[in-house]
Amino acid sequence: MAASNENSALEIRALSKSYVPGKPVLKDISLTIPANGITAIIGPSGTGKSTLVRCINRLVTPTSGAILFKGLDLTQLSGKALRMARRRIGMVHQEYNLVERLSVMENVLSGRLGYVSAWRAFLRRFPQDDIDRAFGLLDAVGLADFATRRADQLSGGQRQRVGIARALMQAPELLLADEPTSSLDPKTSVEIVELMQRLAAERGIPVIINIHDVELGKRFASRVIGMSQGSVVFDGPPENLTDQDLATIYGGESWLAA
Amino acid sequence: MTPAALSHSRAEAFPANWLKRIGFALLFLYVLYAMSTLEITWERFVTGLGHADEFFGRMWPPNFEATKLDLLKTGMIESIQIAILATFVGVLLSLPLGLLAARNLMPEWVSWTARGTIALCRSFHPIVVAILFVKAVGFGALAGILALIVASMGFISKLFAEAIEEMSLKQVEAVRATGASFWGVLVMGVLPQVMARFIGFAAYQLDSNLRNSTMVGIVGGGGIGATLFTAYQRFDYDFVLTILMAIVAIIMVSEIASGWLRKVFQ
Repeated sequence: MAASNENSALEIRALSKSYVPGKPVLKDISLTIPANGITAIIGPSGTGKSTLVRCINRLVTPTSGAILFKGLDLTQLSGKALRMARRRIGMVHQEYNLVERLSVMENVLSGRLGYVSAWRAFLRRFPQDDIDRAFGLLDAVGLADFATRRADQLSGGQRQRVGIARALMQAPELLLADEPTSSLDPKTSVEIVELMQRLAAERGIPVIINIHDVELGKRFASRVIGMSQGSVVFDGPPENLTDQDLATIYGGESWLAA
Repeated sequence: MTPAALSHSRAEAFPANWLKRIGFALLFLYVLYAMSTLEITWERFVTGLGHADEFFGRMWPPNFEATKLDLLKTGMIESIQIAILATFVGVLLSLPLGLLAARNLMPEWVSWTARGTIALCRSFHPIVVAILFVKAVGFGALAGILALIVASMGFISKLFAEAIEEMSLKQVEAVRATGASFWGVLVMGVLPQVMARFIGFAAYQLDSNLRNSTMVGIVGGGGIGATLFTAYQRFDYDFVLTILMAIVAIIMVSEIASGWLRKVFQ
């Protein structure tokens, strides 16, 4: 197995995924994700952005190809080795996916389940260090007073802040975000991406984010990847993304503002 | 065009369903046939009412003698013990059984085995199971407890498995994505979603076990049922009424208690 490049967070090689044989969702994707900053993946719905991100932490198992992360090929892992790799990769989900009946604090501490035994989690006897860090993160996402609230009592924006805190609680070396703003209003969307960018930059964590909103992606990303029908059709800094490229990614031009 | 002609050109709003009509007609004919073969006649019903009147006459007034109340108390306490023990053990065993039966968490062969076990627990009425246990372990409360444990497992495991199958997998997936082990996912992703419903089922089962515990005694499973059956056989109808009143009271109390329990755990 070849070691991944020193200044890249992730190297994807010839990755393919078919849910149904003969109908690939991802077609031979090769990418190198830089070791810092936000990489935004844009593209129409159903083009495989979500599948690509979920292949990385193996919520989806790819059909072929390799994903190199800190010298590990993530596609080859299973069992305990896979869990050990997963706990180093944080994820912010599309519909927050908090456990609704747990408190905010319990949700944030779920981020430590790769390290804390299930029995201790059951008794809620998390290490004091973790609890202190959880309070610190809740402070950082602006929810210091909400620790004991149940997650289902929060608004969408607040829930996604908890989602970010949960992912950062893992002290991850890579942060994935799968359409983190698709259920949020435009103002909250900007706040959420801004928060993610700031907290990840402070901790030196590279971010891969799937995003519908092209403008939002361009505003915060240091690199944009455009996907169409399971292939990468654009890869470069946001300022290089032209209307021509957008037409290639999404098809047609009539929807682009004059 | 006249309105009549216009309505003709459209489809009927409520088309006749002949299959349904024939179905109801057949059901009605079968009911008539079954009644004729079982010799259910109005005459018998009317004479029966007379007997019932005489029976109720002998019941009233209820018997509150001290010796009878003692018997009632002993039987009642035993019934409550049967119900609580059976519910406790039954619920405890249902937790793993229901988990194993959930198709979205377990491999197919595991869930089908567990489902088979549950189906077996459910296939017989508690009374039938109680008769088996009375034969196996002898007369008394133990047979009643064992019978109601089986009934509780059949009921709660099935509902619990269904609750797990209906939970949000996205929440579970998010916990799994943190690198949590199977048990970690169970504790922080699955249980929080289904625990409140599980407690609701358990409270309901306690309620229904109290009712059933008054019954298993009739076939030798101990408790107030035994007292009730003896009173019937000795024609102590006034004491029978006392027992029936006590049962109604205890069921009402348990109804209130289980409602309160459910509310506490929403």
